This record gives sequence, structure tokens and C-alpha cells, in this order.
Amino acid sequence: MKDMLLQVEPLIPALRRYARALVRNRANADDLVQDCLERAVSRWYQRRDGDVRAWLFTILHNLAINQFRQSASRGRHVPIDETSEDNFGEAAAQEQKLMVQDVLNKLARLPEDQRAVLLLVAVEDLSYADAAKVLNIPVGTVMSRLSRARERLQQEIEGIADNISTNVVPLRSEK
Amino acid sequence: MNHRPITEDDLHAYVDRVLEPERQAEVAAYLGDHPDVAKRVAAFSDQRDQLRAALAPIAEEPLPAELNLSRIIETSARRPSLARWAMAAMLLLSIGGLGGWAVRGALQASPGGLVALGQEAAVSYSVYAPDRVRPVEVRASDSAQLVQWVSDRLHRPVKVPDLTTSGYRLMGGRLVATSHGPAAMFMYDDDRGSRIVVLTRPMSSADQNAPMTPQSQGDVRGFAWADDGVGYSLVGHAAPESLRPIANEVRRQARPI
Repeated sequence: MKDMLLQVEPLIPALRRYARALVRNRANADDLVQDCLERAVSRWYQRRDGDVRAWLFTILHNLAINQFRQSASRGRHVPIDETSEDNFGEAAAQEQKLMVQDVLNKLARLPEDQRAVLLLVAVEDLSYADAAKVLNIPVGTVMSRLSRARERLQQEIEGIADNISTNVVPLRSEK
Repeated sequence: MNHRPITEDDLHAYVDRVLEPERQAEVAAYLGDHPDVAKRVAAFSDQRDQLRAALAPIAEEPLPAELNLSRIIETSARRPSLARWAMAAMLLLSIGGLGGWAVRGALQASPGGLVALGQEAAVSYSVYAPDRVRPVEVRASDSAQLVQWVSDRLHRPVKVPDLTTSGYRLMGGRLVATSHGPAAMFMYDDDRGSRIVVLTRPMSSADQNAPMTPQSQGDVRGFAWADDGVGYSLVGHAAPESLRPIANEVRRQARPI
């Protein structure tokens, strides 16, 4: 258990960051990380050789996805606007906070699978191969999802996405 | 000098700074020549910087007590996890299974095949031995024909045991159906009208050889064994002590000369 402590403990802050960026709620996110750590402890000797970080992110990601599915089937989710800005980076200065909140709000508009890949690659510095393992998809899919995520986030940042979505609604209703 | 074409994947790898230095330089040169692509790539890099800056403070927060790993390890050691209960249950089940298997082996020497053979013999006995009209299909007087018939159907030479020295006279025999294919049944009786049945058939691959093993099904008792891929079972209503020497005699006669 000593080697586990040495290998896992330094990764907990990154796990918290990923969980919170994904589910956008501090309490939920920390619950997920706690679940993840409990599982990691009980399965430590069953894990296959390989990167401990990718292994932990896989456990955490699967827990988060299960939670998404459960709350989706209950018809309940945390609306973006309801999320208090207090959930994000309290250490940041006030004006920074606004900008920070902005990019995270925009990230939150992305589909969950695009958000996950962008966070794992661009924030958590997982290799494309490790991200593929965590998400259980081929590397090629990681690349195409990453590309779509970046294009989509750019549209959100430039305010194009809103125009697209407002254009889509009348088109559909005219049918 | 030919350069490999720049791909969309290269652009993302450039943003994520995971390219080999040489390739990184090639992409940078390409972006120098293509301002539109360079603008897009710069925007992606900006996103990356903004996201990292926005999320960095979370990793700086002090860990809450629930996320104290030493404590989680301690708790898990004290309270057996579901996985451990499952493992314990599996272990118990396998001990039970192995134990049962061992006991079965000790009692019967070979599982499945001999038991099945013994049951087939007992069922044949129950059906045909009480039959007053036609207990056998081919009578002892036509034993040559009987031997020919069952040998053909069992695809091997079958000898009819001679049990006159044990006080039993051959009545005849028949072919019987079993779930393991055709079997030859021979029926004998003694002077007091008590009957015994010998059933023989080829054994499945697992039970080529098995020592003599007592069998019983209801009040039909007897013994079963297998030699060189052929199984035998001798059953009757008589006491096992009196059947055992007869079974030994059948076995002795059936062995290849």
C-alpha cells in the first residue's frame, strides 16, 4: 500500500480538477473522486501494468459517465446558469474570475464527449493514446473528437454558435 | 527535399506540444506560409491556455478530509469491500465444489460415466427383469446370433459372460437405448427365479478405465467398472455381498485374453 500512496496521492489534485470541470459541481465532483480513490484502493493489486494516471482517470471518467446517465434517466441535471461561480477557482482574482468563468461556461455548452477529450488532452496532458484508453475509443476517434471540440469551443467563444442555434430553430419549425 | 504533408492531426499535436522537434519546426514553417490556418491554430492555443488557467486553481485547493488517501486506505482495510466479500464467496464456493468433487471421486472413482452406466443398468433391470412375457429379445439358445447382433451395433466384439459357476444361467439379451448410445444387455436367472442384468457399452472418453464401484438405485443394486474403454454394470435385487463375486467373474471373463 506504500507504493500506492506514493503513486496515487500526487494525482488527486488533477483528478479533482478533471471531475469538477466535467460535472461542474464541487460536491458532486469530490464525491466522484472519493469513489474513484476507494475503488483504486480496493483494485490496486488487480490493475494491469501501465500508467497509473491513465488507470485512475479511466475509473473516474466511468464513474462520471454513470452519474451523467443516471441523472439523465431521472431527467435531472444541473443547469449551467445554476452553477455558482464559487465552484470555480476561488483563488483567482476578481477580474480573472470573470474571464475564467466565461471560458468554462462556454466549455459547458459542448457535448459531454467533446468536453471530456478536450479536458484530458489540453488540461490534464494525457497522451492521445492514454485519452483513447480512458474514453475506451480508438485514437482516431480521439483526434476527430478533439478537432470538433476545438472548433465548437471556438464558435462559442466568437459567439457564432449562438447564431447557428438560433437559425436552426426557425428552419425546423418551418418544415 | 520532400516534406510529409501537414495533417489536421499535426495541427492539434502542435497545439498540444507533443510533436517531435523536427515536425514542430515543419508545422511552424507551414503556419508561417498559411496565415488563415495559423489564426485557427493560435485560437486553439488560446483556448488551451485559458482552460488551463481557469482550472489550475482547483488543483491548488487543499484536499478535503474525504480525499485523504491514507484515511481511505485505512478504512478499506478495516471494512472488507464488496469485492473482497465476493472473492471470499468465490473461494468458499470453489472449496465446496472441490470438496464435493473429491468426495465424489473417493466414492465412485470416476464421475459421470460410471454413474450413468449404473443408472442405465438399473433402469433396464427395472423394465425388463419383471417382464414375464419377453424379458429378452434373443434367447440364450440363439446366443451366437445375439453376440453377432450386439457386436455389430457396439462396433466391437462382445463376449457373453458365462455365469454358470456362480449359479446363474443366461436367459438371453437385447440391445437397449441409452443416452450414450446402444448398450448390450444380458439377463441371467438362478434356480429360485431371481434375475440379474449385465449391461455393457463403450464409455465416453473420460471413463476409459475405472475400478469396480458399488451402485444403487432404489432397491436395484450392483457394481460398475470400465476396462479399456468398455464399461460394465451388473445389477440385481440380491445383496451386494453376493453380487460382488459375480461382478468379479464377469470382469475376469471380459478382459482380453
